[in-house]
Amino acid sequence: MDSADLAAVWLTLRLATVVTVVLLIVGTRIAWWLAHTRSPLKGVVGALVALPLVLPPTVLGFYLLVAMGPNGPLGHFTQAIGLGLLPFTFPGLVVASVFYSLPFVVQPIQNAFEAIGERPLEVAATLRASPRDAFWSVAVPLARPGFISGAILGFAHTVGEFGIVLMIGGNIPGSTRLISVQIYDHVEALEYGQAHALAGGMVLFSFVVLLALYTFNPGPRKAVGT
Amino acid sequence: MNIEARFRIDRGSFTLDVDLCLPGQGITALFGHSGSGKTTCLRAMAGLERASNGYFAIGRQVWQDESRAYFVPPHQRALGYVFQEASLFAHLSVRGNMAFGQKRSPAGDRRFSLPVIAELLGIAPLLDRSPAELSGGERQRVALARAVLTSPQILLMDEPLAALDLKRKLEILPYLERLQREFALPIIYVSHSPDEVARLADHLVLLDQGKLVASGPLKDVLSRIDLPAAFADDAGVVIEARIAAQDDDGLSRLEFAGGEIYVSRRDEPIGALVRCRIHARNVSLALVPQLHSSILNSVDATVVALAPTDTPGHVLVRLDVAGAALLARITGRSADKMQIRPGLALKAQIKAVALLA
Repeated sequence: MDSADLAAVWLTLRLATVVTVVLLIVGTRIAWWLAHTRSPLKGVVGALVALPLVLPPTVLGFYLLVAMGPNGPLGHFTQAIGLGLLPFTFPGLVVASVFYSLPFVVQPIQNAFEAIGERPLEVAATLRASPRDAFWSVAVPLARPGFISGAILGFAHTVGEFGIVLMIGGNIPGSTRLISVQIYDHVEALEYGQAHALAGGMVLFSFVVLLALYTFNPGPRKAVGT
Repeated sequence: MNIEARFRIDRGSFTLDVDLCLPGQGITALFGHSGSGKTTCLRAMAGLERASNGYFAIGRQVWQDESRAYFVPPHQRALGYVFQEASLFAHLSVRGNMAFGQKRSPAGDRRFSLPVIAELLGIAPLLDRSPAELSGGERQRVALARAVLTSPQILLMDEPLAALDLKRKLEILPYLERLQREFALPIIYVSHSPDEVARLADHLVLLDQGKLVASGPLKDVLSRIDLPAAFADDAGVVIEARIAAQDDDGLSRLEFAGGEIYVSRRDEPIGALVRCRIHARNVSLALVPQLHSSILNSVDATVVALAPTDTPGHVLVRLDVAGAALLARITGRSADKMQIRPGLALKAQIKAVALLA
């Protein structure tokens, strides 16, 4: 592996870490809302969150590119607050990846919250825990398997993205050139040996992550009744 | 100190509409069949349900008064709640579960220490176990301990024994009674089991289809003969009796206000108080002493009133037995033949006595 490969690996890990952290914060709120709301908008929001599961990444990438562009709403906003334009930058990649990996984080956490149900939260309320306290001291620990699944899937899925990266990030070394793009470049240049090193690494990484997920992570825990 | 509770909750097919004034001590049972609204009523007291025009106060402490849009959320109410399923937190040990509410209650209000309550409820050896390792009865005891350790002003219990078999029930009841005796904690106890109510309650509230049917001291409510059919089948009184003697032939002699009765040998020492339930269907009447009868228990009684029952051809007779009330369910034909009317003195023969302690 040459320095360009290593730079791509490092950038990919950095992106996946930032995206996972953002998603755990944003995704948990969405998952909590979806698990507890009685709003008629639940179906709409749930479908929007799940869209990246079915859409080709290029479609999502295209619209995000338009939205982040100089004439798009996101572009207007980022320019107004002095960030400039996001496409072809690392922050742009983060925003795009957050949308792209959202369902992989939201759904396991939502499922875990739903499996817990309302009862433990009611119990916590009768034991003097405020709703915020109950969230941290009861809901989060009980939903831990969902958080682990969500974090691992979100991280792994971000590492593996390609289409959306190419649309939003382009191919700028050290800034937007991720492993998947680097592999594409190697193959284009007929550098199969280097492509193998990165591609094989990706296969191994993904397998180990999924193996760990399925082996060690139990299903969501319920409060023990009688 | 009184507990005042007024709730109206409308759920389309079901309406709860009650106005209760309950004693601030002892065990009050909310009794009714499923769908009577007893659990909804209890949840409203805890603030888990918000009745749109509710009022709830314990003594001077008002927790809800919707007439001035005042509502204290459940986590700011000094109450303990025991759910039908123990609902222990799976991610915490028994000790962690018990400490959860204790450490969140204001330090100045804490009346009980964890080791004392653990000892009292027989869970001291279980403190380091996980809830999954406990039996159903043990879990419910931990849930009870957890609720008590919040040092509540009132303990609300929603059929805490319903999910347990008889053996486990009998295992918990003494702890519950001990708790009530030692800490003078008012308890509101939801149940659909007449035996549980008869054994535990001091005050009885009957609910039917979201409406209040009767509310009063246990003995008064149970000896009423004008209750709706839903409760008439289980009609019967509760008497408190003292064990007076242990006879050689396997019987214990009990004394109560109205006389003496004999029951199968009890383990309690002489002098101990026991509660017994006498079903109306197990009481028959005779105008003269029956010398040639196998029924051992016979007491002098005076007829107070008669009322029809829902069982075809039967009437319910309310009797006065030296100040204590007794109910008898007999056929209308017998009542006519014997010319039973208020004021008539006769013999009440008790075929069976259910001991509750």
